[in-house]
Amino acid sequence: MTIRFEPEDNPHPFFEQMELLCGDDFYKCYQCGSCASSCPMTEHMEASPRKIMHLVRFGLGEKLAQLNTFWVCATCLCCQVNCPRGIDVARVMEALRTRTLRQKKDYLEPSRQRIAPVSEYPQIALVGAFRKLAC
Amino acid sequence: MKKTVSYYPGCALKTGAKGLESSALASMKQLGVTLEEIPDWNCCGVVHSLCEDDLIHHVAPVRNLIRARQQGSDTLVTICAMCYNTLARANLMMRTNPEKRDKLNRFMQEEPDYHGEVEVNHLLTFLAREVGQEKIQSKVKVPLSDLSISPYYGCMLTRPREIAIESRRKFSLLTDLLQSLGATVKYFPAADRCCSSYQSVNDPRIAEEATEFILKTATNVGVEALAVCCPLCEFNLKYQQKVLLKRGRLHTPVPIYYFSHVVAVSFGLNPDLNLFEMDDAAIDLLTRKGFKKDTKIVKKGDEAS
Ligand code: SF4
Ligand code: SF4
Repeated sequence: MTIRFEPEDNPHPFFEQMELLCGDDFYKCYQCGSCASSCPMTEHMEASPRKIMHLVRFGLGEKLAQLNTFWVCATCLCCQVNCPRGIDVARVMEALRTRTLRQKKDYLEPSRQRIAPVSEYPQIALVGAFRKLAC
Repeated sequence: MKKTVSYYPGCALKTGAKGLESSALASMKQLGVTLEEIPDWNCCGVVHSLCEDDLIHHVAPVRNLIRARQQGSDTLVTICAMCYNTLARANLMMRTNPEKRDKLNRFMQEEPDYHGEVEVNHLLTFLAREVGQEKIQSKVKVPLSDLSISPYYGCMLTRPREIAIESRRKFSLLTDLLQSLGATVKYFPAADRCCSSYQSVNDPRIAEEATEFILKTATNVGVEALAVCCPLCEFNLKYQQKVLLKRGRLHTPVPIYYFSHVVAVSFGLNPDLNLFEMDDAAIDLLTRKGFKKDTKIVKKGDEAS
């Protein structure tokens, strides 16, 4: 999918917030795409992890907030172990989730339809999901 | 050899995944090892918090590590892969990040200070290091010859590298264990592929596709069954498998066992001690292979007799 974007006003508050949440490693990304090629969830993502890293480096916070990538990330850490620049991409995904969650906006609504009745899930599925995808 | 070691069970092993705990405890008893539950433990938090300023979520795992220390242990054993990951990562943080460690220690005023003194081990590591193949082989009553079963590690035992139970894409700890029990173990290339983890709560399509890849890889390479270490992997692989079979997207069932189930079956353990919770496909395979005769296996939901 081609993503077109316009420069946004002053990216510095975004950079500051991201550095606070996940450090400044994301500036090191050289767009090799190893993260995207190792990510098992790319086909469900509106932008691959590589594209996300690109947008982060451009400071496009508003554009990023509209994408689903970090909400379908399963924190499997394939990207993290495969990045030749040593960037913890999963941590960048967590920072992007956190930006929304800290505005008291949930992604996962408890009432939303799921594959199994709540009682059938192991607690670790529910605790994990609500910790990552809700505030 | 008699050994006692501190043990953290976690929430899943006390509820939906009781069979993982009971079969592991009973098998360890056979091997002369007592897993002593740490007192007053709490949920490990399931997932490790990655944000730099999110310290509050580390309190839960660190508190458990302090409980183990108070029990006088230098090793804490876990069976659930998610607990292992969360505890091991929190422990590593307490060892290597003085700033966060001091902040957490100050915050948990009523607890003794903790600096990462305890070693967190997954049961597979403990078995290989402290028990050994020879001892395990000596307890095998029902060799699992004829059974082709492969390890499925998932993400939590293999990533990140700093806490991985072994180097990347080897899967030798569980391979060796299964081989000690007489099983045929083929290399399973999708052994560390993500099962979709907590995403199965969010979106069924994600879970379906993730598990389809894993199960199809298994049938393609001729693996009859998978041995897993995590209640969430087990749930995703089993629940989605039913859906995939029904929709014709998977043609042969791939029974999923907890690794400890397989150990207990081959040790010929008494089902009164072990409520083996297995589904029909898993019981079928054992019956077809003739392993059931020495072990009474109870179906999930049935009462132990
Ligand atoms: S693998 Fe690392 S360097 Fe390569 S695109 Fe992804 S984040 Fe950037
Ligand atoms: S952690 Fe998320 S972004 Fe990284 S490979 Fe796994 S699913 Fe993809």
